[in-house]
Amino acid sequence: MVSTTTPAVDGWFTTGDEPTLLASRCTTCGDVVFPPAPDPAAAFCRNPRCDGDTVETTALSRRGTVWSYTDAQYQPPEPFVPPQAEGAAYEPFALAAVELPEGIVVLGQVAQGYGVADLRVGAEAELVVETLHTDETGDRTIWRWKPVVEMGEEADQ
Amino acid sequence: MSSSNGVVVAGVGMHPWGKWGRSFVQYGVHAARAALADAGVAWDDVELVVGGETVRNGYAGYVAGSTFAQALGWNGSRVATSYAACATGAQAIDTARARIMAGLCEVALVVGADTTPKGFLKPNAGERWDDPDWLRFRLLGMTNPMYFALYARRRMDLHGATQEDFAAVKVKNARHGLANPHARFRKEVSVADVLASPVVSDPLHLLDICATSDGAAAVVLVSEAYAARLGLSEPVRVAAVSTVTPTFPNTVMDMPMLATDSTAAVGVGELTFKQSIAVAAYEEAGIGPDDVDVAEVYDLSTALELDWIEDLQLCKPGEAEALLRAGDTTIGGRIPVNPSGGLACFGEAVPAQALAQVCELTWQLRGQATGRQVEGARVGISANQGLFGHGSSVLLAR
Repeated sequence: MVSTTTPAVDGWFTTGDEPTLLASRCTTCGDVVFPPAPDPAAAFCRNPRCDGDTVETTALSRRGTVWSYTDAQYQPPEPFVPPQAEGAAYEPFALAAVELPEGIVVLGQVAQGYGVADLRVGAEAELVVETLHTDETGDRTIWRWKPVVEMGEEADQ
Repeated sequence: MSSSNGVVVAGVGMHPWGKWGRSFVQYGVHAARAALADAGVAWDDVELVVGGETVRNGYAGYVAGSTFAQALGWNGSRVATSYAACATGAQAIDTARARIMAGLCEVALVVGADTTPKGFLKPNAGERWDDPDWLRFRLLGMTNPMYFALYARRRMDLHGATQEDFAAVKVKNARHGLANPHARFRKEVSVADVLASPVVSDPLHLLDICATSDGAAAVVLVSEAYAARLGLSEPVRVAAVSTVTPTFPNTVMDMPMLATDSTAAVGVGELTFKQSIAVAAYEEAGIGPDDVDVAEVYDLSTALELDWIEDLQLCKPGEAEALLRAGDTTIGGRIPVNPSGGLACFGEAVPAQALAQVCELTWQLRGQATGRQVEGARVGISANQGLFGHGSSVLLAR
């Protein structure tokens, strides 16, 4: 069987070299919602002063600033699917909440190889797509936040 | 509010918090009987039972109001069941109070009880791709302490809080709870103990985060006229119950969501959700933060206690650490916070916890909080927030 790479959730993000999160935008007032509405034709706007009932899919900005961050030193419980092979040790991962220019803060795990020491509130982060876990169909991917390392800082690492 | 339709806390009672391995119904009945005895009210006189729902105990938990009523022995009373996650108790009190204020009954019993599993709280079994509480675990591995940690980190990066400050909250609350017979953890803890405990989610250590517990609390609410017939002089009154929801756009990352509302269409409001919970309570009561003598706030984490102190306007934003360091939030200080020992000493029993706050404030205002009394307390406020936009603040005055 050929193993494939598919998103762990349908319709929430694009893949490729410059991946983006996909949000719903109200065609009446422009309010943006993530995760996107499951059925754009039967959505309802969350802005209390708007009675819009149609949304379009829009790509969110790929870069934002860190609102806050933390990590999971212990393996989260189900329905989390541990990424490691059975019997292998759990590896802690970091997580960041990133504020995008659209005025929305979105949670995401932090890219492989980065931890809380690489983050601070107000720093820049960029969207990437990486493998969350592997199941019978192959790799299942998820969006993640990667700290943007400035030129000078990179030399220090 | 005119005094003629005010609502009085006639009695309070609890089952001690712990891991007892028994049914939530047993805990609830114990607390209910204690509250009725405290009030001097016969069970037969109760006209309404409001149960705080527990989602972990099967059908009986979903219909907690009737479960408690049946366990106490059917007496024909009306029943209601409330669920608002951590805010369940406040919503249950709100329901009972509204019925009394409307003149539809004079005596109501509010009960919350829970039996909780060990470890991280997690969603019920099954695949639910439309449930943010399920999705946050599945797609992000986002546990409750990770949300608490996000708020804690912001205090550090924005206000200069330190992990020692967070540990000092635990030290204070552990000391407060030493003499509380209902608390589960009654042991002094040092800053070094907290810092030596394992990091669960940076920057929070294990001892910064509250445990989950079994426990139960109950409150007997009565009309002013009924209180007078009971012969209660200068009783504790419910001055306000705030169960407000957020105002759009809710721009602070809230458990269990994966994102905030956006400000694309409507700009950021004047108050955050947590600030608005307190403002609604103060406005309803006609009482200001300067009048508050004691506060019971939801310290799911040590750092979160500092957030609540500011949200209740007991100090300005960013100044809670200074208050803590000066000893102002310790019993004997200017504005003692969590004299019960808080969640740090109790661990969380979700549907009982907001009621437990009211029990403690009632004992404080009556001068009955032996070993942890805030001297001369006349006004007390509670604060907490339940998943999915449930505000919870109860203001009591004597």
